[in-house]
Amino acid sequence: MLSFENVGLRYGVSPETLRDITFEIAPHSFQFLTGPSGAGKTTLMRLIIMALKPTRGIINIFGKDTQRLNQEEVTATRRGIGVVFQDFRLLDHLTLYENVALPLQVQGREESSYRAEVTELLRWVGLGERVTAPPSVLSGGEKQRAAIARALISRPKLLLADEPTGNVDPTMARRILRLFVELHKSGTAVIIATHDLTLMDQYDEARRLVLADGRLHIFE
Amino acid sequence: MLDFLRDLLAPNRPRLMIRPDNAYSIKTPLVPANSVAGRSLVMVIAIMTFLAALTAGAATLIAEASSDWRGEAATEASIQLRPTKGRDIESDLATAADIAAKTHGVVSVKIYSKAESEGLLTPWLGQGLDLQELPVPRMIVLKLDTKERPDLSKLGVEIVSAVPGASLDDHHIFISHLGNMARAATMISLFIFILVLIALGIAVASATRAAVATNREIVEVLHLVGATDHFIAREFRRRFSSLGLSGAILGGGGAILFFAGVKLLSNSWRATAGGDQAEALFGDFSLSLTGYGVVMLLIACVAGLTGYLSQQIVFRHLQRLNE
Repeated sequence: MLSFENVGLRYGVSPETLRDITFEIAPHSFQFLTGPSGAGKTTLMRLIIMALKPTRGIINIFGKDTQRLNQEEVTATRRGIGVVFQDFRLLDHLTLYENVALPLQVQGREESSYRAEVTELLRWVGLGERVTAPPSVLSGGEKQRAAIARALISRPKLLLADEPTGNVDPTMARRILRLFVELHKSGTAVIIATHDLTLMDQYDEARRLVLADGRLHIFE
Repeated sequence: MLDFLRDLLAPNRPRLMIRPDNAYSIKTPLVPANSVAGRSLVMVIAIMTFLAALTAGAATLIAEASSDWRGEAATEASIQLRPTKGRDIESDLATAADIAAKTHGVVSVKIYSKAESEGLLTPWLGQGLDLQELPVPRMIVLKLDTKERPDLSKLGVEIVSAVPGASLDDHHIFISHLGNMARAATMISLFIFILVLIALGIAVASATRAAVATNREIVEVLHLVGATDHFIAREFRRRFSSLGLSGAILGGGGAILFFAGVKLLSNSWRATAGGDQAEALFGDFSLSLTGYGVVMLLIACVAGLTGYLSQQIVFRHLQRLNE
């Protein structure tokens, strides 16, 4: 599903932020991506979603070399990836419903074909009564769940979550983790970037990808 | 499964009555209204459209007036007789009118009385002047058949030989000058019109670039959730078309009101000598249906152009970012 082969990334003339990164993500798998702050977890996530281009190496996503993709193919590939950003990236001028519907709206689908789906998903994540609220009035946990709903609405094959429990209390963090585990069991490959060791200890079956000093260490 | 997830994430949240699904819909534009310098841009577009509509309206007015003049002038010719010592001008007038009336292609002949001939000078000299002592030329106006035009050069020779001091004017120099003047006025109007449109384009381009910069984060989110460059550019076009339409309606509507106001004013000037001259040149200053049609077309074009330009600028900007 996803593979990195000797991928390196440097900004300008500085030393490489990521060096010789090589790993594979299998379909239906679950992994934590961890490491100290500043180790490059978010950078690695941005490489996966093609928001950054590697300085060297090969990245294959869904069987395609990202370097060879044209803009239309990049867009089509991104549609198979759901992303929960660390800072949520909800659009403040849209309602919660509109935010969650965004990945389907940009695909040009008729609203009537997904309206029920969006409201249903918002109910699933416990935001059924906040459908018309703008993100600015939501708590951190609510924003987190809205961001998760937006990542899930297009039924991605791969879900990336960057510090998804960073803004919620431990109880909510456990619930969110259980949600990801359930999604994984239903067939989605999941990568959760976190430095929360407690969270990782709650799901021993997950692979651990540890970033340190720009290199990746894998613990099966 | 669904209940499980709901309970998992919000176990203590009361189960409120949920509104039916169709109560929710996407209403908010993806490009926020307040992220574009909307009011300023609408005002700029309104002013530009107003100026463009004025030039377009003026060009239409001149073109139509010129067409009327040339049409009228081409169906008429005139014989002018200057008073000559020792000759009976009334007898000369009758002779010249008789020759003209017998010419094939002349539909009617009208001898202007002395008072009528003097009346022709009123718009230039004003009323109340005593012209008795002045050698005011006398006029004979010939109406010509537009289908079978008379041989005017032959007629001219016949009249000059029969009536010394007479001359036949077929208005061709006047018609030619009018045509040149109308073409020049139309070209100048067109030039100003193009300049105004270029200025409008520059204003829209500048506002679009500012809007893209302001909405950089939104553009990035749209990209990351799978929006194509075309989709994002279309969203900007929607926003700018709406601003363009508002501005164009304001400016174009203003121009229509302006022309209506000028017509009202010209009605009140009509009694004056200047008003008569202006009316002789431009008619009654009222825009024809074509003129109003041109202004309406301009409104639609400005709205369309604003949207199209913004879409192209955003699309090219996104393409550059992807390189």
